Amino acid sequence: MFEKLKAEFIFNFIEGDRWKYIVNGLGVTLQVTFFALLLGTVIGVIVASIRSSYDQTKDDLRPGPWKVFLTLLNGLCKLYLTVIRGTPVVVQLLIGYFIIFVSSTNTVLVAVLVFGINSGAYITEIIRGGIMSVDHGQFEAGRSIGFSYLQTMQLIIIPQAFKNVLPSLANEFIALLKETAVCGYIGLMDLTKGGDVIRGRTFSAFMPLFAVALIYLLLVIIFSKLVGILERRLRRNEQ
Amino acid sequence: MSSDILIEVKDLHKSFGTGKIHALNGISTTISRGEVVCIIGPSGSGKSTFLRCLNLLEKPTSGQIIFEGDDLTDKKVNLNLHRQRMGMVFQQFNLFNNMNIMKNLTCAPMKLKKLSKAAAEAKAMELLNRVGLADRADAYPYQLSGGQKQRVAIVRALCMEPDVMLFDEPTSALDPEMVGEVLDVMKELAAAGMTMVVVTHEMGFAREVAHRVVFLDEGKLLEQGTPQQIFGNPQNERLKSFLAKVL
Repeated sequence: MFEKLKAEFIFNFIEGDRWKYIVNGLGVTLQVTFFALLLGTVIGVIVASIRSSYDQTKDDLRPGPWKVFLTLLNGLCKLYLTVIRGTPVVVQLLIGYFIIFVSSTNTVLVAVLVFGINSGAYITEIIRGGIMSVDHGQFEAGRSIGFSYLQTMQLIIIPQAFKNVLPSLANEFIALLKETAVCGYIGLMDLTKGGDVIRGRTFSAFMPLFAVALIYLLLVIIFSKLVGILERRLRRNEQ
Repeated sequence: MSSDILIEVKDLHKSFGTGKIHALNGISTTISRGEVVCIIGPSGSGKSTFLRCLNLLEKPTSGQIIFEGDDLTDKKVNLNLHRQRMGMVFQQFNLFNNMNIMKNLTCAPMKLKKLSKAAAEAKAMELLNRVGLADRADAYPYQLSGGQKQRVAIVRALCMEPDVMLFDEPTSALDPEMVGEVLDVMKELAAAGMTMVVVTHEMGFAREVAHRVVFLDEGKLLEQGTPQQIFGNPQNERLKSFLAKVL
C-alpha cells in the first residue's frame, strides 16, 4: 500500500519535474489572490465610504453641485454592486478576458482586475455593515469635539468598524482564494490548473487533485490562525 | 456674571421627518459668558434637541445660532472650528471605544490644536487629577464605571479649552450612587466660571448651581428665571404642574 503510494507520488510529481506545475501554480494563485484582495479592499473602502456618507448626509445636504455629484456617485456605486453581485465570477472572468481586456497579454493582471473588482463589491458591503455597526454616539462625539467628517471616520469609526468586520473580511479572503481556482478558464496556470495538467499527463487523478486540495486547505488553516491572532490582539480594548 | 453675550439663539425652529413633528417652535434666548443655564422640562419637550442645535449636531429647520459673533447656521461658517470651542457631554458618555483614556483626551488637542504630545498629555493629566482619575489614564473605556466614564467625557471636552460646555442629561444614564461624583465635577466647573448649558432632570443641581433656569415644553420656551423664581414662584401653569410632579 505504502509502496504503491510512493510510486504514485514519484510518478506524478518527481518524474519530469512535474512538481513545478504545483509550485508555479501556487505562486500564481497566491499572486492573484493577494493583489485581488488589495484591489478589492481599496475599492471596498472607497465605495463603502461613498455609500455610507451618502446615506448619512443626504437629508442634511443642501441642494447644489456637491449633492448632485454625491447622488450620482452613489447611484454608480449601487449599479456596480448590483451588476457584480448579480453575475457569476466565471462569466465576469470570461468577459474580462475575451471582451474588456482582450488586448492585454498579461493574463495574471486580467485575473487580478476581475477578481479585485468582483471582491470589491462584497468587501464594500462588509465594510458598510461594519461602519453601520458602530454606535452613532461615537460619530457625534467626534463631530462635536471639532473633527471633520473624514477625521471622525478615520480616527474613530473605521478602526472600530474594522475590528467588527475582521471575521467577515477573513471569510471573504478565504472565498476569494478558492474562487481563483476558475482562473483556468482563461488559460492561467494557477494551482488548480497545475494539478489538472499533471492529471492530464499522468492519467492519474488521485494524487494531483488531492495534493491541490490539501494545499488549499493548508493555506486556509494557516490564514485562519493568523486572523485569530490578529482578532485577539484587537479585542484587547473591548469587553 | 458679566453680560457679555456668548450665544444668541434667534427664533429657532426644528421639525423632524416631513415637518410633521415640531420639536422646537421658535425659541429665542441668549447665553452670557460665565452663565450656568439649566434647561428643564418634561420628556419630549425639545430640551435635548435645543441643546444639540446649539452646536449644530441637529440642523435647525430655521432660525439662527450666533456664537461669538458668527452665525453657525450660515453655510459659509467653518463649523468644525467653532465646535472646538463648544465642549459637549452626552448622556451615553460616548468615549472613543478604540482608544485608551489618555488617547481619548489627547487626540483632539493634538490633531486639531496642534499641541505637542507632551503638552497634551500634561494638560490631560492635570485635568484627570482634578476629577480623581489620574490612575486610569491607561485604561480603556469599557474598564470604567459609568460615573468614571462621564468624568472622563467632561475632561475630554475640557482638554479643548472650550468657551462653553453643553451637557445633555449627563447623569441620566448613571446608577444613582454615581450621580453625585459627576455633579460634583460640574459644580466645580461652574464655580470656576465656565459657561454651561445643562439639560437635566436633577432639580437639586439646577436649584443650587444654575444662574438661570429655562423651562421648555412642546418646543416652546414657556418660562425662565433665577432658580428662586422658577422653583419658588412659578407663573406658568405647565411649569407648576411639571414641578409638582418632579419635586
